[in-house]
Amino acid sequence: MAQITPLREAVASLVHDGDTVALEGFTHLIPHAAGHEIIRQGRRGLTLVRMTPDLIYDQLIGMGCADKLIFSWGGNPGVGSLHRFRDAVEGEWPHKLAIEEHSHAGMANAYVAGASNLPFALLRGYTGSDLPKVNPNIRFIECPFTGEKLAAIPSVRPDVTVIHAQKADRRGNVLLWGILGVQKEAVLAAKRSIVTVEEVVDDLEAPTNACVLPTWALSAVCPVPGGAYPSYAQGYSERDNRFYKAWDPVARSRETFRDWMQRHVLDTDDFDGFRRVLAESMKEAV
Amino acid sequence: MTTTPDTATETPDFTATEIMTVAASRLLKDGTVCFVGIGLPSTAANLARLTHAPDVVLIYESGPIGAKPTVLPLSIGDGDLALTADTVVSTPEIFRYWLQGGRIDVGFLGAAQVDRFANINTTVIGPYDAPKVRLPGAGGAPEIAAQAKEVFIVLKQSRKAFVDKLSFVTSAGFLDGGDAREKAGITGGGPTAVITDLGILTPDPVTRELTLTSIHPGVTVEQVKEATGWDLKVSPNLTTTAIPDAAALAALRDLQARTAAAHGQSAGGGEG
Repeated sequence: MAQITPLREAVASLVHDGDTVALEGFTHLIPHAAGHEIIRQGRRGLTLVRMTPDLIYDQLIGMGCADKLIFSWGGNPGVGSLHRFRDAVEGEWPHKLAIEEHSHAGMANAYVAGASNLPFALLRGYTGSDLPKVNPNIRFIECPFTGEKLAAIPSVRPDVTVIHAQKADRRGNVLLWGILGVQKEAVLAAKRSIVTVEEVVDDLEAPTNACVLPTWALSAVCPVPGGAYPSYAQGYSERDNRFYKAWDPVARSRETFRDWMQRHVLDTDDFDGFRRVLAESMKEAV
Repeated sequence: MTTTPDTATETPDFTATEIMTVAASRLLKDGTVCFVGIGLPSTAANLARLTHAPDVVLIYESGPIGAKPTVLPLSIGDGDLALTADTVVSTPEIFRYWLQGGRIDVGFLGAAQVDRFANINTTVIGPYDAPKVRLPGAGGAPEIAAQAKEVFIVLKQSRKAFVDKLSFVTSAGFLDGGDAREKAGITGGGPTAVITDLGILTPDPVTRELTLTSIHPGVTVEQVKEATGWDLKVSPNLTTTAIPDAAALAALRDLQARTAAAHGQSAGGGEG
């Protein structure tokens, strides 16, 4: 059974230094609030996993939380580079970041294999790409039936997966909809899981084949309305494209980044505090 | 559409980006199932859907199948893609059942760099371990480029983008040329056109080297060669790209104006 608990307590008890952590979300339902809490609590030595690391991973990397990143596309969607990620790779700041790089098909299959309790994922992939030359975890095996050469990569099996969803009921069953990415697979591949939700309701009113994660498959459910911001939760909020654009100049220099993180994340108590300070600084900017 | 002298005189001016986008969109036939990359490919694919190809099926890697967005998505997972789609499936399902399952006719990709055999780099410039520029990485492209029945690549042409030797091959075109792609065991047909702001390059049927086969009006062969990092071959049957018809231009500008109003950005569409 999932505990319905404040996010601060869930992160304190479930995310440890040195863990492999996946905060998943494919543009939609990105768990920004949980990422901030991991930064506030000063976790170190994390191996971060995500298909599409974007701003929250830029922040985690720039704040020194991560030693390694396993990913398939790292950028600020529709805007450009992740400057803190690039500085970690190109300039080893704040320290060296090891990277293990895949394609989306590889990562998606690796999560499915993890959720399926298999040691590796099998796919037709990576052929002709240089990725296998730089990632020793991409190997090729022969199909025992046809002899076809197929790609094999290790399963992704996070210590903790963190996602954001629309609703939970009071027992901690979670309903999510819209663009689902790999969130279900990421939760089921992980030893522990945290789900932040827009709201807790009496009845999920879920259609029969809806994506429901049962309470007994989760560790913690944390009510954080708007907790995906600047990402969005379909039916609750829209993506704040202005924030994605505004992040670019903030992240370009180490100093502006540090100052921004200090004011907006380290000096605030929680995500509500972050949203308040952000509203103030956006007003100042205007 | 036959251009009458009347409409020809009324044809408005167009930019290099506009003719690139319109030329790319024209390649997409009605009813095609197209796996769409964000940015320029998404603009061209949606323009096709709004003009000559109303029944084109647009699939985005975030999960929407049959997306019919009213404005161009800024990101690959914009809500409009999900709300207008025939169905939204998980990302593993997109890659396993729909792409690897062999159901994609056209992969429509952008690129940071290409070489003469239409191999794509979106990973690094410089050495992998000490990159001069770290790019976003592969995303869905390696398997889209390998498994779609054919691939269109759209990007602006310059010496920085059209390079003699890629630092990194992220997604395979024709590898070293000739039958190298088939020999490597890649199932999809590979790139059939590279559409740029200067012209259209298509692979030679035997050597698979990209050859300039169509040049946009007002552009010189010298200009295209100057914007290419290798000695670009020019087809003896070089044609001039048809100018964008007024209806397509109007649809494109309308789409971009709607997009700008929705995302609060200047028209032109977001790169991804």
